[in-house]
Amino acid sequence: METLSYLAQGFSVALAPENLMWSLVGVTIGTMVGVLPGIGPALTIALLLPLTYQVDAASAFMLFAGIYYGAMYGGSTTSILLNTPGETATIVTAIEGNKMARKGRAGAALATAAIGSFVAGTIGTILLTFLAAPVVDFALRFGPAEYFALMVLAFITVSAVLTSSILRGLTSLGMGIFLGLIGIDLQTGQPRFTFGIVELLDGIDVIVVAVGLFAIGETLYLAAYRKSAGAELIVVKDSIWMKAEDWKRSWKPWLRGAFIGFPLGAIPAGGAELPTFLSYWIEKRLSKHKEEFGHGAIEGVAGPEAANNSSTAGVLVPLLALGLPTSATAAIILSAFTSYGIQPGPTLLTSQPELVWGLIASLYVANVALLVLNLPLIGLWVKILQIPRPLLYGGILVFATLGTYGISQSVIDLALLYAMGVMGFLMRRFDFPVAPVIIGMILGPLAEQEFRRAMTISQGDVGIFFQRPLSLTLLVIALVAVIGPLAWRIIVKRKMALR
Amino acid sequence: MNRHFSSTNRSGFFVGLAVLAFAGILAWQTALIPHGGAYAQVGPTIVPWMVTALLAVLGIGLMIESLFQRAPSSEDHGEFGIHALSWLVLGLLLNLFLIAPLGFIIASSLLFVCTARAFGSTRLLRDAAIGFTLALIAYIAFDRLLGYRIGGGLIENLF
Repeated sequence: METLSYLAQGFSVALAPENLMWSLVGVTIGTMVGVLPGIGPALTIALLLPLTYQVDAASAFMLFAGIYYGAMYGGSTTSILLNTPGETATIVTAIEGNKMARKGRAGAALATAAIGSFVAGTIGTILLTFLAAPVVDFALRFGPAEYFALMVLAFITVSAVLTSSILRGLTSLGMGIFLGLIGIDLQTGQPRFTFGIVELLDGIDVIVVAVGLFAIGETLYLAAYRKSAGAELIVVKDSIWMKAEDWKRSWKPWLRGAFIGFPLGAIPAGGAELPTFLSYWIEKRLSKHKEEFGHGAIEGVAGPEAANNSSTAGVLVPLLALGLPTSATAAIILSAFTSYGIQPGPTLLTSQPELVWGLIASLYVANVALLVLNLPLIGLWVKILQIPRPLLYGGILVFATLGTYGISQSVIDLALLYAMGVMGFLMRRFDFPVAPVIIGMILGPLAEQEFRRAMTISQGDVGIFFQRPLSLTLLVIALVAVIGPLAWRIIVKRKMALR
Repeated sequence: MNRHFSSTNRSGFFVGLAVLAFAGILAWQTALIPHGGAYAQVGPTIVPWMVTALLAVLGIGLMIESLFQRAPSSEDHGEFGIHALSWLVLGLLLNLFLIAPLGFIIASSLLFVCTARAFGSTRLLRDAAIGFTLALIAYIAFDRLLGYRIGGGLIENLF
């Protein structure tokens, strides 16, 4: 029960007025960016990274975690009322949620999404609370070889899962690792990939890459390929209090969603999208009202919304215990640790207990705050949804300039930002996923460090990665993740041919 | 028929070729990195070579994939609107070239107006007013909260 006393200490940190304020600011901003299509938590946290120069670490991470949680809540509002997902993790919610809204059941859909997010977010946070320490104990046995193997596995799954083609996912990842390598090699002092540009010696800032890809690239894409048909905003007519029938049909999907989302968030499976699809599929199979699916089944909102929130808690397990980001947002939060000079990884829990436990405690607070923000205050978010698109994108670009140019005041950074924007535009146009770029950029240099450490220990013998059982196991799983889908496709084709 | 299909595939082929060409640039740049003498086996070039090789293989893979039509682009991108894109690019370029001489507030206001125009707004004065206010608030907030002045400029120097 040591954990509980740590958690109690955590609460004393999280409930300190200043930290509480940052947490509340975080969930409010998070809900707002969740509601607004085109801006996600990764972009927002990247834009707020300059805060790390002024605010103390605990407060900043509470702010970031609040944004991460809040975006999952807010995204569902847009999916339900506008049929445009506010976040990628709420795509599935749009399927049933918007149908419910069209039938005049917007209130019930919003309620099951918010309450489900609360239930699953809290379950996820409880699991995080009790799993953090055991995972750390396990991870302390890891050597550089195991870390490298684990990162390779993360690379593969992040690029392979849920991207239309593993080749495209891996290409994005390779681009990300390349971007991460730019600058002076810290071990030998040699400049790499700097193309003779002095400004590149320090490397490219993650803010520039994230904001370029997510804000500039996305805006360029939307301007070039604007869909002519405007989406219709549905007015909430019914009560946001669910009927007994709705509760009865929602509580099991909430719980199932929570237990699907958490483990899938914790393993490197590329964030919150996969668990929502899986939850939707399971609810559709288990539902007694199968005929309602596709026409506004409440289970199809309750399950996925629970799943995306608990997966967010799951993502924090490897992030806090191993220093391993499994989503683009987590990768950017990881880069904030470095900006504070804090070494992420298994030692974090012992070296920064106040920070970690304060952060975990703040998540409980955030969930309660988000429930309040998202149900009684739903009218406010509907207003934000009504911001005209021209002004919204104008604003996004002004903030993008602010976030990149504001601190450095370097026109080169701005030019790099736009170059990243063009890259993001092309990637979007040719169906390359963007998240692996961010993960590759941040995790790539760390993986290289572990690789070189391991190789130094083994005196240049690559065998070290295959002789240690755990590292071998991880690499084999990574290999299966690459070859598995390809082999599966070939087998299916053979079978089709035999018929 | 199949016109749409063959055009996506052709673009898929060129995307693969572009990735391969990029790997070529990386190979050239990697060859320029001096390797770290005694640490030759785990020197600074080994991971860059790995990335170069990975991208080269992927480039070839993407080219081959496009020939076999294994993964045709699933998403319909809709009509390409050069008009809107031009306004946006104009805004970005104005911002890039004017931010140093004229300052953040004016450059960003222009960016805001051009972006709004790109997304179909025709109310120039309203957009200019909103863009200017937004940039001004952002500038002051940045100064007060973070203690950073975002450079000088025509408006900025009035404070």
